[in-house]
Order: sequence, then C-alpha cells, then structure tokens
Amino acid sequence: MKALEMPFKADEAVRINAIENDTPLSYKKLNQLIHDEIEKGNKRIILDNVAGQRFIGAALHGDIKIYINGVPGNDLGIFMDGPKIYVNGNSEDQVGNTMNSGKIVINGNTGDVTGLSARGGEIFIKGSVGYRVGIHVKEYKGKMPKLVIGGVCKEYFGEYMAGGMLIVLGLKISDNTIEEIDDQKYGNCLGSGIHGGSIFIRTEDVPEHMLGIGAKVIDLTEKDNKRIQPYIEEFCTYFGVKEEIIWKKSFKKIVPASKRPYGSNYCIDLV
Amino acid sequence: MSLKHIIPSKFKVSINQDSCKKCKRCVTHCSYGCLSWNGSEIVSDDDKCVACQRCALYCPGSAITIEENKTLVYPPHGGYPARIRRIIQSQSGTGGVMLSSTGNDLEYRTIFDDILLDACQVTNPSIDPLREPVETKVFLGRKPEKLEFQVDPVNPEKVELKSEFPPNFEMEIPVMVGHMSLGSISFNACKAIYRAVTELGIVAGSGEGGLHKEFYEYKKNLIPEVASGRFGVNLEYLLDTVAVEIKIGQGAKPGHGGHLPGEKVNKLISTTRMIPKGSDALSPYPHHDIYSIEDLAQLIAALKETTRYRVPIGVKIAAVHNVAPIASGIVRAGADFLTLDGFRGSTGAAPRIIRDHAGIPIEVAIASVDERLREEGLREKVTIIAGGSIRYSADLIKAIALGADIGMCSMPVLVAMGCRMCQQCHRGLCSWGIATQKDHLVKRLDVDVATRRFINLFHAWKEELKEILGAMGIDSVESLRGNRDRLRYIGPNPRIADILDIKHVGE
Repeated sequence: MKALEMPFKADEAVRINAIENDTPLSYKKLNQLIHDEIEKGNKRIILDNVAGQRFIGAALHGDIKIYINGVPGNDLGIFMDGPKIYVNGNSEDQVGNTMNSGKIVINGNTGDVTGLSARGGEIFIKGSVGYRVGIHVKEYKGKMPKLVIGGVCKEYFGEYMAGGMLIVLGLKISDNTIEEIDDQKYGNCLGSGIHGGSIFIRTEDVPEHMLGIGAKVIDLTEKDNKRIQPYIEEFCTYFGVKEEIIWKKSFKKIVPASKRPYGSNYCIDLV
Repeated sequence: MSLKHIIPSKFKVSINQDSCKKCKRCVTHCSYGCLSWNGSEIVSDDDKCVACQRCALYCPGSAITIEENKTLVYPPHGGYPARIRRIIQSQSGTGGVMLSSTGNDLEYRTIFDDILLDACQVTNPSIDPLREPVETKVFLGRKPEKLEFQVDPVNPEKVELKSEFPPNFEMEIPVMVGHMSLGSISFNACKAIYRAVTELGIVAGSGEGGLHKEFYEYKKNLIPEVASGRFGVNLEYLLDTVAVEIKIGQGAKPGHGGHLPGEKVNKLISTTRMIPKGSDALSPYPHHDIYSIEDLAQLIAALKETTRYRVPIGVKIAAVHNVAPIASGIVRAGADFLTLDGFRGSTGAAPRIIRDHAGIPIEVAIASVDERLREEGLREKVTIIAGGSIRYSADLIKAIALGADIGMCSMPVLVAMGCRMCQQCHRGLCSWGIATQKDHLVKRLDVDVATRRFINLFHAWKEELKEILGAMGIDSVESLRGNRDRLRYIGPNPRIADILDIKHVGE
C-alpha cells in the first residue's frame, strides 16, 4: 500500500514507539508520552507500531500534527480541537467522536460511528466505513463537520444528522487502480431522523425504500457541486486520485424532508 | 369539522370587580393569556388558567381568586378519575403524545414518609449541635480501598500517607442541585443556582445544554453533563470543573432522549448548545457509542484521558427495575460516582406516559444498589448521589441513612426561587421567569433574591441535618451513611421494609 504523505519533515518531529519489548504500550502510557512531548513544546509527532491503543489525540488542541503508523484504537481524536492526525493504516470505531475542529486523514478503512456528534473538523477516509457513521453531526457558526469517504458506508448513515456534510464516493482505491464499486454504496435507513445538513452519495439513484424517516433525495445544483468540490479535491490530493474520475459520475443529495418532522407529535392540553 | 372535545376548564378564576383597581397589572403578569381587559373590566378565559398564582399574588386589591373548577364536575366514577377522561378527550382531539413537566404527579405512596428516624435516650447520649462539632462535609469521588502509611525509620513520629488519593471534591453539605440545562430553565435561574452553590460550597449539574460563557466563572462548582446529544460539549466545557457526568438516563423519563423544539432555540440557547438558531435539538435515546458496559467503560476512560485524571468521572442512570446489577456494572466500568434518579425526578419536558409510569422509587433504588455494591466489595469505589423526590431535609437524611453519600434535588431549589409547580415548564411560558426563555418573563426573576432564597433554604437544611445528627448521637454525616439501623418502617407493606433492610417500628 502506498504510504500517506507525511505533512511535515520527519526530522522536525519526535518519534514515539507504541511497542516496548514486543508488547504494545497501554493507551494510558502512550497518551501520557504524547502529552509529555506536547508539554515540552514538540508539535510534530510520529507514532510507530500503533496497535489498537485508544483515545489517541483525545482533547488535544492547537497546532499539533500527529502521523500514525499502524492501527489506532477506538475514539481516535475524541473531543479534539484543532490538531491534524494522519493515519497510515486502518482505524477502529468512533474516529473523531465529538470533535470540535481539526483534521483526520485515514489511509484505509474505519469502523462504526465514525464522526459521532462532531461539531466541526474534517475526516477523510480512503476506504469504507461501518454502521451509523456521521450520526448526529451538527454545525454551528463557522464550524461544520465534513466527512469524505472513498469507499462505501453501511446502514443508518447520517442518522439524526443536524448539520454538516457527508460525502460517499463509492470507489475502491488501490495503489495502481481505481475501480467503481457497483454494489450497494450505502445501507438502508439512510439519513434516518435527519433534520439538518446534507449527505452526498455518488450514485445514479437512491430509491425511496433505502431512505430513513424524515429524509428525502434531490438532485444537486451547480452550487452544491461547487460546495463539495474543495473537499473532493483535498481527498484526491491525499490519496493520489485524479479528480476528473470523481466527476465522471453525478451525485445524489439527501436532505431533511421537513424542518420540524415531529412538530405535530405532541399534545400540551392541561389535564 | 372540529375533532376537539370541549373540555371543562381545570380552574375557575373569579375577579371581585368591587376590589379590582382596574390597573390591568394581572393582564401583564398572566403569561398564559388567561386574563384580558374588555374595555370596562378584567375578564378571564378559564381554559387557559394553569393556577400559577402570579396574577393573584401581584393583584394590589387581592381581587383574584383561583379555585379548582367545581362548577362543572365530571360525573363521579371510581375507576375513571376525571384526569384519565381528560387525557382521552385531549388525545382523541390531537392524536398527540401528552407532554408534561416537573415530576410524576400521581399519588403513589412516598416511602420516605413511611420511615421514622431514631434518637438517643439515656444509654447513648445525644450531641448538642449548637455547642459541639457536628460535621456535614462529604467528599465526592472514589476513595482508596485502604490507607497505607510510610513511617520514617529514623524518626518513627514522622508518618506520611503512602496511598494515592483519587481526585475528590469537598462538599460543605451532602446535597447537590440536579442537572437543569439552560433551555429547560432561564438564564437568571441558572445564574442564581450557580452563584448560590458557589457560596454554599456545594455543586450543581449543568444539564445537557452546554455552558454559557458567562457561567464559566462558576465551573469550580459545576458538574458538566455529557449526554447523548453531546450539545455544547467541547474542551472548555469539560475541563476545570468539579467532575464530569455521563448522562444515561433521567428519573422523569427513563430510556427517553430529549427534544428541544426549534422555536425555543433562540440566540442564547443557540450559543450555549452550539447549534443554529431555530433548529431542533434532538438528543438520541441511547448514546450511540454506548451499547454495553464495555462501551460505557470506554467513554469513562475517554473522559478520564481528556481531563487527565484530575476529576472524578461519573454516570447518571434512572432508577429502573434492575438498577442494582446495572450499578454494579457501572462501578466496574470505572465510574467514580454514580447518580441514581428516582421515578419522581423532575423534568422540563417529558411524555406523561413515561413520567408517570416508568421507573422505581429512589428509596428502594438506594437500598438495593448500596446492598449490592457492599456484597460485591465495590461500595467504597464509588460515591452514590441520589435524587428524584428529595423534597426537604427529612428526605435527604433518610436517603443518606439508606445508603446514599449525597442527595440531589431540583424542585425544592426552584420552589425556593418562586416556582409554583403548575407543571407547564414544557410550554416555556413560566410566569415566574424560571422555566422560560422569553426575555420579558426571564427578567421577572431577580437573581439576587433567588440566590438568597436558595442559600437560606440550604442553610436551613444544613442546620436541620445537624439537629437530627445530634439527636441521633452521630457527629459526622459520613457515619450516617447506610446506617439503616437508625431507621424504622411504619408503612402498610412490611415487604418494603425487607427490601430496604430496615426493621419495622417496635422491632
């Protein structure tokens, strides 16, 4: 697999080995080492041999860049506010959980509930993602979370979505070839309970029965294409994809069917 | 075609036109649109009256009387109280889920009222709390299982504590204010609560609504809540606080999420919850990163990583049927404190069906959780906070004697500030400026007065706590915890006494 380009010079960074005597460090120890380096003023960090350690990048803030070789565990970048994390490998569940701002680039696949409740920041994933991804992402003022997924997603994509942008490309990106994934690019219950934001799926059609409650499918306008273009361009830069391949096919957009889907659900009579 | 039934008004408002000064103050004060001026006198649309008492108490001529509507009674029926008939009539008109607020208002038996306290006579002398020290301090957080000391080999007089002490928060009295978000209550109400808890040396919960920038100065006495919607959760919110609480459930609506309708999301709420103005704030029913105890352990660990192990991390659950094994799992998952919320707990808005019919009483939950954790050797690992029907100091004392470390309450605090419990919080029209976001109503709540009243109330509770501890011959509230031998049951169902593991009166 082609390695992800390092966004800084290796000699500017400190290296932390996540394995000691053939045993992976505990997440506590590894994260303490990261915090120690940041306390010393080191803002560029390379983590080698990461093997499932959780909570990497939890609650970090400011101009910090971390390049990870290996597979980080659950909750990568949870509550993060600003730093950029590059993973040269797959990642597990809940990447970018409740992230406020920052960037996460994954040179592989990620698990379930990626981007859970994120309020800002960007997550670029070369491969595919699991269930309930992009659940309850929201936007506020200048902050808007964006997820770009190169592969496909599973059921309940964008559930409860309240804002932000989720983009699914449906491509299998290998070192030398880029193939269209012709099978299902998304699971059912797509955008279930969506009441803000938009989902973009690179596909000809999204049949009604695949949509979740409160979601509807529409065509993109020229303005929509312009809105998603910068993130597609950025995605292509990370993973060495020619942008024109993406635009060979058009997208469908999933948006809330109503701003107040549950408005008439309640009764407030005095009893 | 109108599907709506004509339902008799619940209250009847009478205006004594002789003593009415025609000042129309009542019309201004009535936020529910019940009173109006017809050109010559004040008239009432009784259907809209909620008995909030605002108009009557502010009438300079004391001309307003509010009564339950007895002029049109429902034909009596033992099995169908008027309340149930009204619910059926409302629902057949609207087809909607009945909304409600404050706590469960059905007349279930309150177990606290069936429990009597012990006092000293002759053989175990009582303590005079006015002249002798009686300690009301408690500590919120995990305690070390045992204490180890290092004795200096040269100077054996010099002894140092070797055990590491997990983070704990020192509270002046064993009671905290429950989680009420800005949104469920007003800015002024929040401010009064936060100022008062800071002065009292206790804590308040933030609720799931984020924390307004102006409230950051009170963070040293606040517990922020991480709930399923993660509204307002960012680093500033989580760091430098007393503790962090993961909210799984709420006593008033176990198993339910939350739904703040878009029209209530004004500029203030928008900035604290960090969502756009006018957008719905939906809190999912479960946390979608927590489907098991292992997942809960993961979020607890994530919050400990985030706060760098500096503060206790806890979990709040509603008291439900299997509360004891759930509590055991939560403690094993690493929680430093466990908040139990009983079925009478309050809410700013909840479906009536859940508020009135789901969950179990807090008294039973405290006793069964305390028992279970003792059996499993886990009790000292966790601080138990119990709420959901602590109405006054007597309930607080009984809750502690049953096994809680700290009590939690909200309604008494709101009542102290002016709340009349008209149960209309979900409509956002509170005429007392508490459960509303409307500026002209919010400013009715004088922050200084509300702060003072709340402080007075808890000062009184503290003194009463000392009185009862003194009478029991106990010099520290920590020695009352789980001291069920000092309780007796006087209610109708001895089975409850068995479950609470307390003796019947006379035993």
